[in-house]
Amino acid sequence: MTGVETTGSAAAAVAGQRLPLLRRPQRPVHLSVTVILVLFILFALPQLMSLYYTGYMTLVAIYSIVTLGLGLLVGRVGLYSLGQGAILQIGAWTAARLLFATAQPFPLVIIEAGLVTMLIGTLIGLPAIRLRGLYLALITLMFAGAITVVLATVNFPNGGRGFTGYNGNQVHIPPIRRPSIAGTDAAYFRYAVVVALLMFVLVYVHLRTRPGRAWAAIRQSEPSALASGINATFYKLWAWALASFITGIAGGVLAGNAHYLYSVNFSTQDSIILLAVALMGGVYNLWGAVIAALLMQLLPGILQNLGVSYAWLTILFGIGVLQVLTTAPAGLADQVPRDLARLGRFLRRRFGKPAPAARSTP
Amino acid sequence: MIEVTGLTVRYGGVTSLDDMSLTFEQGTCGLIGPNGAGKTTFFNVLSGFVRPAAGTVRAFGVDLLSMAHFRRARWGVRRTFQTEQAIEELSVFDNVAMVHEHSRLGAATRRKDVLDAIEFTGLADVAPDAKVRTLTAGQRRLVEVARAVVGRPRLVLLDEPAAGLPEVESSRLADVIRGIPEHTGALTILVDHDMSLVSACCATTAVLDFGKLIASGPTAAVLRNDGVIRAYLGVA
Repeated sequence: MTGVETTGSAAAAVAGQRLPLLRRPQRPVHLSVTVILVLFILFALPQLMSLYYTGYMTLVAIYSIVTLGLGLLVGRVGLYSLGQGAILQIGAWTAARLLFATAQPFPLVIIEAGLVTMLIGTLIGLPAIRLRGLYLALITLMFAGAITVVLATVNFPNGGRGFTGYNGNQVHIPPIRRPSIAGTDAAYFRYAVVVALLMFVLVYVHLRTRPGRAWAAIRQSEPSALASGINATFYKLWAWALASFITGIAGGVLAGNAHYLYSVNFSTQDSIILLAVALMGGVYNLWGAVIAALLMQLLPGILQNLGVSYAWLTILFGIGVLQVLTTAPAGLADQVPRDLARLGRFLRRRFGKPAPAARSTP
Repeated sequence: MIEVTGLTVRYGGVTSLDDMSLTFEQGTCGLIGPNGAGKTTFFNVLSGFVRPAAGTVRAFGVDLLSMAHFRRARWGVRRTFQTEQAIEELSVFDNVAMVHEHSRLGAATRRKDVLDAIEFTGLADVAPDAKVRTLTAGQRRLVEVARAVVGRPRLVLLDEPAAGLPEVESSRLADVIRGIPEHTGALTILVDHDMSLVSACCATTAVLDFGKLIASGPTAAVLRNDGVIRAYLGVA
């Protein structure tokens, strides 16, 4: 059924009573699966993983925040950014500098990094959101390139003193510190997962409330949104600021994870790959961000472990994007469950007992 | 009450509205004319999507042209579009509530106002939390009308609301449109090519042709006007 009722206005009034913001979960099964998965990742996974994969999974947690932000821009508001790699870099750079220059606790530093990144991201967004589609993508890509060049020229902080110090000595560079509760790699993995979770909750709350509804209106039709009284520029900028903020936080966590940051590790190409994997994972679904991060960060680790050059990934992602754009616009997060259900139905028809729905009543 | 004087809109070399002046007093007013006469352009000027080259627009004593488009919507200029605009991924309730929440009318009466608007449009047999994408074309049109009348609209602009609807749904829509002024107190302007809908809903009607007003007055008289028949209706 489509939810259309025919019992008149009394039923409508009753249904109207069930519409507060914090409604009971509509899909309790989904919620409990999510909770179990999160508990498994936090408590069981670090014990099961080798150190090698712990490192990659930490990157997955960090990059899932980045693809979450990008998915928000692309999927919810319709803004195509090719500059998220640069935004991440700004966050990492800011956090690294603050960690070297001050003795502030780590969580405070990453929040500050998020805020600084939000400010810079919003300044860039201010002119950029007047553009759409290809032109916005082009402008943000050029921004990403510019940031890469600037940071390479001013010597990305490798551990000099204060805010601007550069330590040319490649041997005795002090590492970027981590929070005291998360010194080991396994503990830092958990820390990154918790931060990622908080960011997902932040975005989820946005999507469920006024900004989420406004973004949905803007994405479908900007004139219609304006005619509803929505200040479209303001809400687009809000999305841009939120995506920059969480990406900046991801940058902060990335700085602590890497211990050392080199500008050569951040290429402009990353920004393009980010959009590719975000589209493949699915931008209309929060799970899509996790899938995207797995594709971008875990897949290279697996390939390397198998002795396959991960240069293949660029080709693979190209094919993947083509596949998604032609057969599954909502990405793997939508396609895989749907196809699995279809496969299940097929197998039941082929081999097993008839599906319950098809069974005739005695 | 809306007073328009000397309104001129040009798109490049094309003059869409040519020094047009008209006044709509109250109730539901029709605005008809051939394609390209400037009806939608007029709506676009009123709702702020097009800036006129010349002219003034005063609605209930307020200079509309000085307000940004989204502020006009908050103030009470509501419109529907020729193409379907209800937001598919949201529920009927959220679609309507969104207009209310951006109109700064306060959350206290929101649920009541929204359900009221939904019921007024005759959508009460649809669950308010049904997603718009599950509705029929006629129901979506009604959702758009509900979006236009929720809260405190002052000016409701309906741009071909009955286009593409079957007879039954069109006459159901006519009942709703006729009731808007009484229900909300808003001045309603209806653009449509369906003359039976216009004469069923509108006491007064204005006719545009090539961006100029060629007739206005009581609907029945306007539809018998020789100039209107020549320019638009054709010889019966």
